[in-house]
Amino acid sequence: MRTAFIEGLLEAAKDRPDIVLLTADLGFSVLEKFHDALPAQYLNVGVAEQNMMGMAAGLADLGRTVFTYSIANFPTMRCLEQVRNDICYHGYPVRVVSVGGGLTYASQGYTHHGVEDIGVMRALPGMTVIAPGDPAEAAAATKALCDMPGPAYLRLGKAGEPKVHAGPIDFAIGRALRVRDGADVTLVSTGGMLVYALETAERLAKEGIGARVLSMHTVKPLDEAAIVAALAETALVVTVEEHNVGSGLGAAVAQVVAGIDGPRAAFRRYGLPDERYSRVGGHAYMREMMGDLRALVHAALPRARRGG
Amino acid sequence: MPDIEQTKAKARRIREHALRMVHRANASHIGTGLSMADILAVLYGGVAKVDAANPRDPDRDRVVLSKGHGAAAFYACLAESGFFPVERLATFCEDGTALAGHVSHHVPGVDFSTGSLGHGLSLGCGVALGFKRDGRPGRAFVILSDGECDEGSIWEAALFAPHHRLDNLVAVVDYNKIQSFGTVKEVLDLEPFADKWRAFNWHVEVVDGHDHAALAQAFAAVPAVAGRPTVILADTVKGKGVSFMEDKLLWHYRSPSAEQLEAAIAEVRGTE
Ligand SMILES: Cc1ncc(C[n+]2csc(CCOP(=O)(O)OP(=O)(O)O)c2C)c(N)n1
Repeated sequence: MRTAFIEGLLEAAKDRPDIVLLTADLGFSVLEKFHDALPAQYLNVGVAEQNMMGMAAGLADLGRTVFTYSIANFPTMRCLEQVRNDICYHGYPVRVVSVGGGLTYASQGYTHHGVEDIGVMRALPGMTVIAPGDPAEAAAATKALCDMPGPAYLRLGKAGEPKVHAGPIDFAIGRALRVRDGADVTLVSTGGMLVYALETAERLAKEGIGARVLSMHTVKPLDEAAIVAALAETALVVTVEEHNVGSGLGAAVAQVVAGIDGPRAAFRRYGLPDERYSRVGGHAYMREMMGDLRALVHAALPRARRGG
Repeated sequence: MPDIEQTKAKARRIREHALRMVHRANASHIGTGLSMADILAVLYGGVAKVDAANPRDPDRDRVVLSKGHGAAAFYACLAESGFFPVERLATFCEDGTALAGHVSHHVPGVDFSTGSLGHGLSLGCGVALGFKRDGRPGRAFVILSDGECDEGSIWEAALFAPHHRLDNLVAVVDYNKIQSFGTVKEVLDLEPFADKWRAFNWHVEVVDGHDHAALAQAFAAVPAVAGRPTVILADTVKGKGVSFMEDKLLWHYRSPSAEQLEAAIAEVRGTE
C-alpha cells in the first residue's frame, strides 16, 4: 500500500505544483523517488510531528495541498491538537498519511501499534478517515485525496499486501465497495482486514453460509446506506477491523445500528478487545488476540436467524 | 568507579548479543545499539545504582532508554547485568515474547516502555523531581538520541529540569550524527548543540562516547554543579565496532545476513 500511495502521489503531483509532501524523518526506500523527481515539493522536517502538522496548516493557508507522512501514532496522537485545531478546525486540505496501521509493526511493540488511530481521527469534526483494503484502493484513495476539499486521514499498512481487486474499481470516498455477495451474513471490513474477511467468507460459503463482504475503506463519512441495506438484507452484520473495537469501525457502525427502529440483523464487532497487552510477536501471532472470525459468525448466526 | 576492563568486556558482549538478536529476528536498528553499547556498559558497570537481586528497590536509580528503538542492546545489557538469563535474549521479537522491538517495561530491569521518540527526558524529570521531593537519594539517567532532539518535548523538559534544580537528572545524548532519513546536519542541524544545553542552564560534558574512562569520569562528576542537571554529549559513531556498519544509514534498517553476522562478531570480539 505504501508503494501504491507514493506512486499515485508522484503521478498526481507532477502536474500539481500545489501538492507538497512532508515527512517526519521516515520513508527510507519509499519516498526517495518523490524527492528525486520533485524536490521543491518535498521536505523532511525532522523527528518533529507537532511542528510538521502546524506547518502543514500554514502551508495550506498559502494554497498548498499537503500530505504528511509518518508511522502509526506519530502523525495522529503525538500532534493531535495541531491536527484538531490547526488543520481540522480551519478545514485545510492536509492529508495525514500513516503507515503501519493496525498491528503491522507487530513485534515492534505497543508504541508502534496503530490500534486506536481510527477512533481518534474519527472523533474530529470535519475529518475524513480512510483505511484502504488493498493496494488498488490505496492508489484510488490517494488520487481522490488530491482533489477533495478539507482534511483527511489515510491509514495504510506496510508494503507487499496482496491485491484483492482484480480489475479497475469504482472508488469514491464515502462509498463502500461490495466485494462479494452472500445472503446470510455481511462482513464489513476496513483496511487490510479485507483479505481475511474474504478468506473467511469463502470458508463460510463451503459450509453453506453466504457472506456478503463490504470493503468499508472510508470510515468517516460512513456509508450508512450500505450498512442499513446489510442490516435489512442479511441476518447478521459483523464489522472487521485491526483496531480497538471500542472506537473504530465497529463503534461507527454500532451508531448506525442503534438508530434503526424495528427489526434488523444481529450485529457483532470483530477486532481488538479494549485491553492492554504485554506480549508481542509476528503479525499472525498478534492477530490471534482478535480471535477467529469464522467462529464468531458460527456462534452468532443461529440466534440471528431466529431473529434475536 | 567502574572497572574499565570489565565495562569493555561487557560492551563487547552487548554488541555481540545485539547483533545475534537482530539477525535472528530480522530486525532493524542495529546501528543505534552498537552506537550506545559503551554508554550502556559504563552506566551498568557501577554508575547506576541498580541491583538485579533487588530490582524493585524503591531507591534505585531509574534508567530510561528514551530512544526505544535501541531495545536489543538495552535488553542485552540488562541480561548481562543479571536481570534475566541471557538465554532469554533469543526470544527477541519472537511470538509471545515480552522482549519487543522497542523497549517494554514488561522486561525485568526496565522501568519505562519507550519507542515513540521524545518521551524520556520528561519521564526522567518526573523521577528526579519525585526523588527530590521525597528527600531520597535516587537519580534518573536518560539516554537520548540526536534525531530525537528534534522533538519539542525534549526542550520542554530541558527547560524544566534546571528551573527546578534537578541535579539528580543526567541526560546522555548518543550523538552519532545520523537519524532515520539522513544525517543530522542535512535534516535538522542541532549545532551549536552544547551551547543550546548551556543556554538552558545545564551542566554540559562533551566526551568521546566510546571512551570508557571518559564516560566513567563524566558520570562520576555528577552533580558537577549543585542545582544543575547534567547532559553528557557523547560523540559516537552509529554502527560502532563493525566496520561495514559504521556511519551508514542503511544499518538503521537492515538486519545482517548469516555471513555478515559472522564477520561482524569477529570484528566486535577483536575490538579493544
Ligand atoms: C515520535 C517518533 N517519531 C518517529 C519515530 C520513528 N523513528 C524511529 S528511530 C528514528 C530516528 C533515528 O535517529 P536518532 O533518533 O538519531 O537515533 P539513532 O538511531 O541515530 O541512534 C525515527 C524517526 C519514532 N520512533 N518516534
